[in-house]
Amino acid sequence: MAERADRPTGAGRVVLVTGVSRDVGRRFARAAADHPAVERVIGVDVVPPRGDIGRMSFVRADIRNPVIAKVIAKEDVDTVVHLSVIATPGSTGGRTMMKELNVIGTMQLLAACQTAPSVRQLVVKSTTTVYGASNRDPAMFTEAMEPRRTPYGGYAKDVADIEAYVRGFARRRPDVCVTTLRCANVLGPRVDSPLAAHLRLSPIPTVLGFDPRMQFLHERDLYGALEHAIRAAVPGTFNVAGDGLLTLSQVARRLQRPTVPLPGFAFAGIGGVLRRARLAEYTPELRSFLTYGRGVDTSRMRDELGFTPTYSTAETLDDFASTLTPTGGRAVGLLDELERHLPASTRTQLKTVRAGAAPALSGGRHG
Amino acid sequence: MADAEIIPLGTHGRPGRGTGKAPSSAARGLAGGTGGSRPVRKKKPAEESPVPAEESVVSAERASGDVPAVTTRERHPLRGIPAADWAAALDSAAKEVFGADWEPQLARFLAFLRRRLTGDYAVDDYGFDRELTERFFHALLRPVKEKWFRIDVRGIENIPTQGGALVVSNHSGTLPVDGLMTMVTIHDHTGRDLRPLGADLVFKMPFVGMLARKGGATLACNEDAERMLCGGELVGVWPEGFKGIGKPYSERYKLQRFGRGGFVSAALRTGVPIIPLSVVGAEEIYPLVGNVPALAKVLGLPYLPITPFFPLLGPLGMIPLPSKWLMEFGEPIRTDTYDAGAAEDPMLVFNVTDQVRETIQQTLYSLLMQRQSVFR
Repeated sequence: MAERADRPTGAGRVVLVTGVSRDVGRRFARAAADHPAVERVIGVDVVPPRGDIGRMSFVRADIRNPVIAKVIAKEDVDTVVHLSVIATPGSTGGRTMMKELNVIGTMQLLAACQTAPSVRQLVVKSTTTVYGASNRDPAMFTEAMEPRRTPYGGYAKDVADIEAYVRGFARRRPDVCVTTLRCANVLGPRVDSPLAAHLRLSPIPTVLGFDPRMQFLHERDLYGALEHAIRAAVPGTFNVAGDGLLTLSQVARRLQRPTVPLPGFAFAGIGGVLRRARLAEYTPELRSFLTYGRGVDTSRMRDELGFTPTYSTAETLDDFASTLTPTGGRAVGLLDELERHLPASTRTQLKTVRAGAAPALSGGRHG
Repeated sequence: MADAEIIPLGTHGRPGRGTGKAPSSAARGLAGGTGGSRPVRKKKPAEESPVPAEESVVSAERASGDVPAVTTRERHPLRGIPAADWAAALDSAAKEVFGADWEPQLARFLAFLRRRLTGDYAVDDYGFDRELTERFFHALLRPVKEKWFRIDVRGIENIPTQGGALVVSNHSGTLPVDGLMTMVTIHDHTGRDLRPLGADLVFKMPFVGMLARKGGATLACNEDAERMLCGGELVGVWPEGFKGIGKPYSERYKLQRFGRGGFVSAALRTGVPIIPLSVVGAEEIYPLVGNVPALAKVLGLPYLPITPFFPLLGPLGMIPLPSKWLMEFGEPIRTDTYDAGAAEDPMLVFNVTDQVRETIQQTLYSLLMQRQSVFR
């Protein structure tokens, strides 16, 4: 790990967290406030957080206007954690508003950070959505690769813009340690994201004839990665994802949910219906992800950032599945029934076979 | 010898224990009624009834109307058979199918079934599902390889038993059947899985792209090729691409341009050997005599083939002709002797590309000389 001369000392850090009105931001800020090395956590958002904020102090401010600069200067903030990049326009009131909050908000925040000499470190939560998803994608994206198709709008474009501004900021303030974490789809029992909503549907709509590869990051590992990024202070951009990959068909089987394959055009149509029913929301990025899938290479996360997720992709999904009631799995039930009535000798054989040839799914390390 | 004494056995189709007069309590119990059998006897004595016992009782009861009838309609065809019977049936079927060694075989099969149903199997970074490929895809393709095309394999020892290597082959046959056959041939002879590199069109098509990834393919791009070769995989490329596979029958066995030599720079960067592969016979499976470029453009395909039998015979025309195939793996071309920056030298890349191309072309000619006829 690169030790920096001007690396912020552990004790008495003042952390500013944006986007605390949403669950991820609030939970992270709360956990950070309890950390012994942190003196104060200031949460910023336009709307107050809904749940318990613990020892965090909340400042109601819009990062889109210069008030944020005053907050940073007054509170003597040394670490800024930017989490207020939103993925869906759903709750915020339209795409225009979403873009405003994402892009203009980040610009203002970075402008404020640039003028604040106290700021020593900036951690930005980005997403692997920046790589897009298409049939021309390499199997595993490394941090150096660009998306094969330039995003023309929506979340992916916002994130690409945000990352560009963050890189610009890192150039202008070389004394600030800037870490960008490109996180894979976050999943967990409490996570509410477009993909989680999709997987909570029963049956799960899928795109006919496609079986996308997916990687998940457990919610706890997201907090772990953010905390690690602050502590380790390694500048750069890192993919963050759990070990291994699962295909969507595997995901559905592990969740014991039936699937309903729809042709590509019908899948786009049903998105509108489900959105009106407030069941799920399919942005163009999610649609292409559910068609082509994506994999990211996490060797830099391990070797340079020095972070190891505690949950693999499969374990993350299993934890997510523990909160769902299985609605499918009839075939597995039949198999159970059948095995119960097999002669005892066959059942012993079955046990030895299963014990001997257990597939190494949870352990396998994927670079 | 004395006359044998005839001992009556059974009831001769009449209810009861052979008296032929009253249904036994067991038979009444079967009928489901308690006191219902009394009037039955008056209306329809058992002696007159030619039908078997239970049925006669049931029909009589239905006629009397005061007893709840047990009908076959109330039974679901599957629900009626208990799981134990299914297990017994499976048991005997297993003995029939798997022979004496059936128990571990069945156990393995059930364990496999469970893994597939619960999603508890592993796919690698590229989406390769080894279990499915070896148990299913190869099993489907093997008879085609052995019985239909009768593939003759030469020089299989040129494939290294371990470590990364790049198999470069000619491409022909309108549909990429040669790729599938190469995969199953290499697996059967060496036990290694060939990881094909496919065009982006493959991954755009529904089902085709999905099956390709499950079968071990990935996109033909430098990133994936180098990643696979670094990981010690045996990678297969068909550098002619659509130019080779969709060329007219009149140009058979004439190698097309070998792309831009991307495969050579990938091999140079990773220092793995290049193994030239020449396939004879694949050109004749679907002789491409015509093309409809306009329609192909509308459908987004590189070409729309017309063969002597397709679309004339409809789906029947999709059956490939049973040509005799020859496959020859050539001597590996080493790339680890070049300097580190060799991949950045376009001249060197072109030279190696030409060397590979020439080797395959010459081998094709010599194989064609050896072949007796197309189908034998």
